[in-house]
Amino acid sequence: MTVTQGNKTRQRILAIAAIGGSLLACAAQAQTSSFTSSSKLLLTGGVTNIEGSAGGGLTPWAIIGGYGTRDQIGANAFFTNVRADDYELRTGGALVGLYDRVELSFAQQKFDTKEVGGLLGLGNGFTFTQKVYGAKVKLFGDAVLEQDSLLPQVSIGFQRKENDRGALLRALGIKSDKGTDFYVSATKLYLAQSILLNGTLRYTKANQTGILGFGTNAKDKYEAVFEGSAALLLRKDLAVGVEFRQKPDNLPFKEDHWHDVFVAWAPTKNVSVTLAYANLGNIVIKDKQKGTYLSLQVGF
Amino acid sequence: MLRKLGILFAAVGIVVGGATLTSSAHAQEGVKITDDAGIFKEFGEKAGLVKIMDDFMINLLKDPRTKPFFENSDQKRVKEQLVDQFCFILNGPCEYKGAKMKPIHANLNINRENFNALVEQLQVAMDKNNVPFRAQNKLLAILAPMHRDIVTK
Repeated sequence: MTVTQGNKTRQRILAIAAIGGSLLACAAQAQTSSFTSSSKLLLTGGVTNIEGSAGGGLTPWAIIGGYGTRDQIGANAFFTNVRADDYELRTGGALVGLYDRVELSFAQQKFDTKEVGGLLGLGNGFTFTQKVYGAKVKLFGDAVLEQDSLLPQVSIGFQRKENDRGALLRALGIKSDKGTDFYVSATKLYLAQSILLNGTLRYTKANQTGILGFGTNAKDKYEAVFEGSAALLLRKDLAVGVEFRQKPDNLPFKEDHWHDVFVAWAPTKNVSVTLAYANLGNIVIKDKQKGTYLSLQVGF
Repeated sequence: MLRKLGILFAAVGIVVGGATLTSSAHAQEGVKITDDAGIFKEFGEKAGLVKIMDDFMINLLKDPRTKPFFENSDQKRVKEQLVDQFCFILNGPCEYKGAKMKPIHANLNINRENFNALVEQLQVAMDKNNVPFRAQNKLLAILAPMHRDIVTK
């Protein structure tokens, strides 16, 4: 793929995010009833994870995205850019939160191999595109209000992923270009300590979250991986934290666990910005990939 | 895979069981913050609480999500009761002699939106009176479970 095509895909993702954003802005302005009036407390709808689910940046949380309470509907659109030393991941998407119970999400990821694509004989700026369809259901608990109970809010969900590079992936000994991750998340705000904790258990076959397909010919089995987040609230509109995402390691090239440190800021209920420094380890032929994660979310 | 999912759902089942047991616990009337000696001072003691409640009531009457529940109330009395209640929770030298949460809110048709809006307006009033964020959260942690007695819709 040429550089121009890379730019085109970038423009397309930006366009998706922009259209989503303006639709949401219209919806937010048009509201006359309290049906969509952003009634959760600031930042308690979380930010959007790289796969489109409400949560931290790397991992889904048990919270339902958007600011809708159990009587309302909420929604978000997001655009995230992860810029590591030798790669770039651009993601755009949107989610809707229904009655603080069900979350439906869509995200499109473009993984840009930049010059590594040339080194691999694929061409500079070769990209993998992955679509992620997500759904999450809250089972029980309330991460925010049940402050006299240690029990977290618990949700289960899935992320259905479809990669556009099936032929190439199969030639590399990878089993499939499609896969579904299942997860259970537990999230709790410990308000008296101003701390939020999340733990997620994910069942997955994904290589590098699915960017490099699912399973290999040698191993095509689901495994359980752990993901965790801890955040400290500094102000009602500002949180800092750390995240960890364990990953399977089935590729011929080493795959590492991911971690990051982040700061999330919500100047208003309609906008949040998350900036992180992420350590992604080895990706294909380039080791020690580190870089910035920048995410913009708009919604209500 | 299936076996692992089985274990997962068993684990979820145990936690759900636990949740059912604790959800019958009543909201925390009579609970006070005893592990933070400085917190009453961080709210400016009783005089500070009086100022916070004055601002709080102004905010509540401005916000369409909370106004209907306060505009026809005896606002002076509500403020006095809130000062006493918060003073008690903050381990100050006060007794809360006001009404029980559940019966006084039973017929008000308060939903989650109204409840969260009240929390937001309280945060605004506490910010205005320079209550440190972490001290605010300690108070809110005691107040939040009262949603079970207050939110009826």
